[in-house]
Amino acid sequence: MMTDQGSSFVATRNACKMCTPLGACLAFSGVEGCLPFLHGSQGCSTYIRRYLISHFREPMDIASSNFDEQSAIFGGQNNLSIGLRHVLESYRPKAVGIATTCLSETIGDDVSMFLNEFRSEQAGNTDLSIPPLIHASTPSYHGSHFDGYTEAVAAIVDTLAEGGKRQDDLVNILPFIVSPADLRHLREIVHDFRLTPILTPDYSDRLDGPPWQQYQRIPDGGTPIDMIRRCGTAAASIQLGDTPTGRTAAGILAAKFDVPAMVLPMPIGVRASDQMFGVLEKVSGRPTPQHHTAERGRLVDSYIDAHKYIFGKRAIVFGDEDFVVSTVGFLAEIGIQTVLCGSGGQSGTLKASINRIEMGPSEPPRVIEGVDFEDLTEAAADVHADLMIGHSKGYKLARQLGIPLVRIGLPVHDRFGASRMLHVGYRGTQQLFDRIVNTLLEQRQDISEMGYTYL
Amino acid sequence: MREAIDILDARRRQVHTKGAQPFQLDCEKHSVAGSVSQRACVFCGSRVVLYPITDALHLVHGPIGCAAYTWDIRGAQSSGSQLHRMSFSTDLREKDVIYGGEKKCETALIELIGRYRPKAAFVYATCIVGLIGDDLEAVCRRVTAQTGVETIPVHSEGFAGSKKDGYTAACAALDRLVGSSESPPPDGPSINILGDFNIAGETWVIRDYYERMGVNVISTITGDGRVDDIRRAHHAQLNVVQCSGSMKGLARLMKQKYDIPFVHVSYFGLEDVSKALYDVAETFNDPAMMQRTKRLVRDEISAVMPRLRRYRDALQGKKAAVYTGGAFKAFSLVRSLRTLGVQTVIAGSQTGNPQDYQQLESLCDDGTVLLDDTNPLELAKFIDQTGADLLIGGVKERPIAYKLGVAFCDHNHERKRCLAGYEGMVNFANEVYSSVCSPVWSLSPRKQHASSVKRSIAPGPLVTADAGLPLNAKVPQCPTAATAPSPGSDSQACGVCQLKAHCSGLAAQETETA
Ligand code: SF4
Ligand code: SF4
Repeated sequence: MMTDQGSSFVATRNACKMCTPLGACLAFSGVEGCLPFLHGSQGCSTYIRRYLISHFREPMDIASSNFDEQSAIFGGQNNLSIGLRHVLESYRPKAVGIATTCLSETIGDDVSMFLNEFRSEQAGNTDLSIPPLIHASTPSYHGSHFDGYTEAVAAIVDTLAEGGKRQDDLVNILPFIVSPADLRHLREIVHDFRLTPILTPDYSDRLDGPPWQQYQRIPDGGTPIDMIRRCGTAAASIQLGDTPTGRTAAGILAAKFDVPAMVLPMPIGVRASDQMFGVLEKVSGRPTPQHHTAERGRLVDSYIDAHKYIFGKRAIVFGDEDFVVSTVGFLAEIGIQTVLCGSGGQSGTLKASINRIEMGPSEPPRVIEGVDFEDLTEAAADVHADLMIGHSKGYKLARQLGIPLVRIGLPVHDRFGASRMLHVGYRGTQQLFDRIVNTLLEQRQDISEMGYTYL
Repeated sequence: MREAIDILDARRRQVHTKGAQPFQLDCEKHSVAGSVSQRACVFCGSRVVLYPITDALHLVHGPIGCAAYTWDIRGAQSSGSQLHRMSFSTDLREKDVIYGGEKKCETALIELIGRYRPKAAFVYATCIVGLIGDDLEAVCRRVTAQTGVETIPVHSEGFAGSKKDGYTAACAALDRLVGSSESPPPDGPSINILGDFNIAGETWVIRDYYERMGVNVISTITGDGRVDDIRRAHHAQLNVVQCSGSMKGLARLMKQKYDIPFVHVSYFGLEDVSKALYDVAETFNDPAMMQRTKRLVRDEISAVMPRLRRYRDALQGKKAAVYTGGAFKAFSLVRSLRTLGVQTVIAGSQTGNPQDYQQLESLCDDGTVLLDDTNPLELAKFIDQTGADLLIGGVKERPIAYKLGVAFCDHNHERKRCLAGYEGMVNFANEVYSSVCSPVWSLSPRKQHASSVKRSIAPGPLVTADAGLPLNAKVPQCPTAATAPSPGSDSQACGVCQLKAHCSGLAAQETETA
């Protein structure tokens, strides 16, 4: 297997990642009534809002402490407390998720101290009740949006979770960045085992909700804060995604409250989904409900029906590390060979995780960490791929190579329905599988001279 | 129960309702902390302005976010090089933040210039760079000396002001290029087109008008911009500035240095684009050019009027909210909407100045709410209060409208449809029509709830927009033909198009005398 780090180029050319606070804002949007707040200059929050709006097509209010030159020189405490007062007044949030940007991190603002002082300052103020203030440290010169997400979920749990008597039916579900449809499906699966999930974060309703009768300051949905408080009493934590290296919510719950942590790959493909269902069987003491085994059966049946159309095709896979690992595993399972895979993330674990995958008849792929799209373009030049799987940012390369791009993950801003794309579990795998097969069939039909009607 | 959304105390003076009290609006202030402003930062201002210089290298010096979020986000098109569409970043790491990023920036520039052979390079300083104190001037000097490619720093540290300050920084960077070419001036009347960004090819449309008038266009700054053209820009006899907020700075600098006069124009809406062309023709004081211009305006207006009238019939009486980046565009939008029979009930901008708002107020009807540097909660509040049927803004404003069951049109840098010029007005009308008159709104809970809201959805031939309009539609005859006002006069309205301008009147006049 060839593995390497990104290019020898010093500059990043067309990044395959976003910045740390974006991930944190997304995670904070998954807590009920929580308003994301960026401590730094306002451009960052505006850009992040704009970026997430084009993916989710939903309101994405992110406050900012709006640094000016004064705050950049003398520190941002004043702006932070004015900003917090304003959002408490106008948004009336149930929690505020504060992420620091590069700027406030660099000047060394002690945000935890600022927040403590803010709390005690406002202690006598009866007009303003202070909700939980959750702080995630997210300088972007450390890691990417993925790390920001991981850190924010850890901070949410660290700030809110409490211990207590173990509840056998309670299970923490801690996914990495997936679609609202995925989150809904995960919730449903856990319920089907007659368990109560504490799905953290859960932005499924907030970032994919109905139109309103009247304007909502903060859209409905999100993991209820009361539920997050109970995280420490759950029977187990199931973390879906095994590449994060920093502190994780599952790790914190294990250390603080002894909640057993089960770390699984993101459940894409039959084998990876089997692992998740297996763990749920163990935690619940119940077999997998029949309609899920039926779904599994149909999925395997479709694998068989379609195998000739896809066997031996060559794929390039890119995106968030967890998506990449699980997608490569899934492709190996159906006989598509991944020839090249890359992620803008740089956890250092991508290579090892890809290594663990049972590749079947395929050669292992070349793996590049910390990649940008120009590196990927250079690496793709002679791999003779048939398709690409990843987010919208791969469009330029796919067009250049003249091969189709199957869109997964974030961002998907050149197609409709990113929120409703399902990837996880048997059902999600089925949707993804059908999309891949149909994409290849369409390609074949398009290039055929006679244009087949039966394929 | 509807819970009223309050305006933050710190923002009260940035909101004004026309007619409710004497005009007074605070603006040009730093955004209030925690206000969830729709504004971006200084860097954003510079990036927007310089982005469409297509054969230059644009390196964003800072952590990855600033570059990642601006990668090819604009609709600015190029007739040649596509280099501007790449997103280059120094992607600063902790080590760089501690020890300084100059070395990394320099190495990055040298390798990028070596690889992409641009005509010039712009290096944008972001927040962090301002903070760690990298000396970009020195880096650029060294890189220019080593590579022979002019490398220009753009002082756009995000926190150091607002988007407007980014425009100033961009103009200062452009000023270094202008006048650096030895090539001789062209023959005949010549202009620079400033402040059009070639969104969806708009600069090409405008350029074509000027060429039909017999005017040479030396450079287009910055839409479909070319470094070598900008170097020659000082040869022009006139600068024609759209988007005054962003490019007036450069026009002023060129007035001081090269004594080139400038005019302010807008290419949005029939009235404004016609006025723009007449204003330019007038400065050259050439009767033949004026004649050509009149003919151009007549031809174009005759071609689009019948199509526009159909839209106006469908849109008559609707209400719109307008929230733009610069205030200048808001004027054009208020007028264009009026041409379509739509009344503006909310108008605001991210960066207007006192004169802008004064002018905006005078354009609007009583009861119109004026907003400076607003935010989602306020916009939603006033959309609700005024019963607007349409919001015109950028992508960040879109979900606010949609959640409330209100139509939305993008009139920002990301739009993919040409809205400038005469044909652009038809596109705009179609865009407004197909947004406002879509049947989907009738299902939105707010509309279903408010039974008082009158809906008049007219399906039929207009649904397919232009395609549905009969080719043989009759060009209306203008009854005011005999008394057609003179170009530039605002005094008389044309009876056919009801524009407060000369266009149709002149059009008909020419037809009759022909
Ligand atoms: S505010 Fe600063 S860091 Fe944020 S996007 Fe603007 S320049 Fe970049
Ligand atoms: S300064 Fe940091 S947080 Fe802000 S946009 Fe740039 S990378 Fe993201």
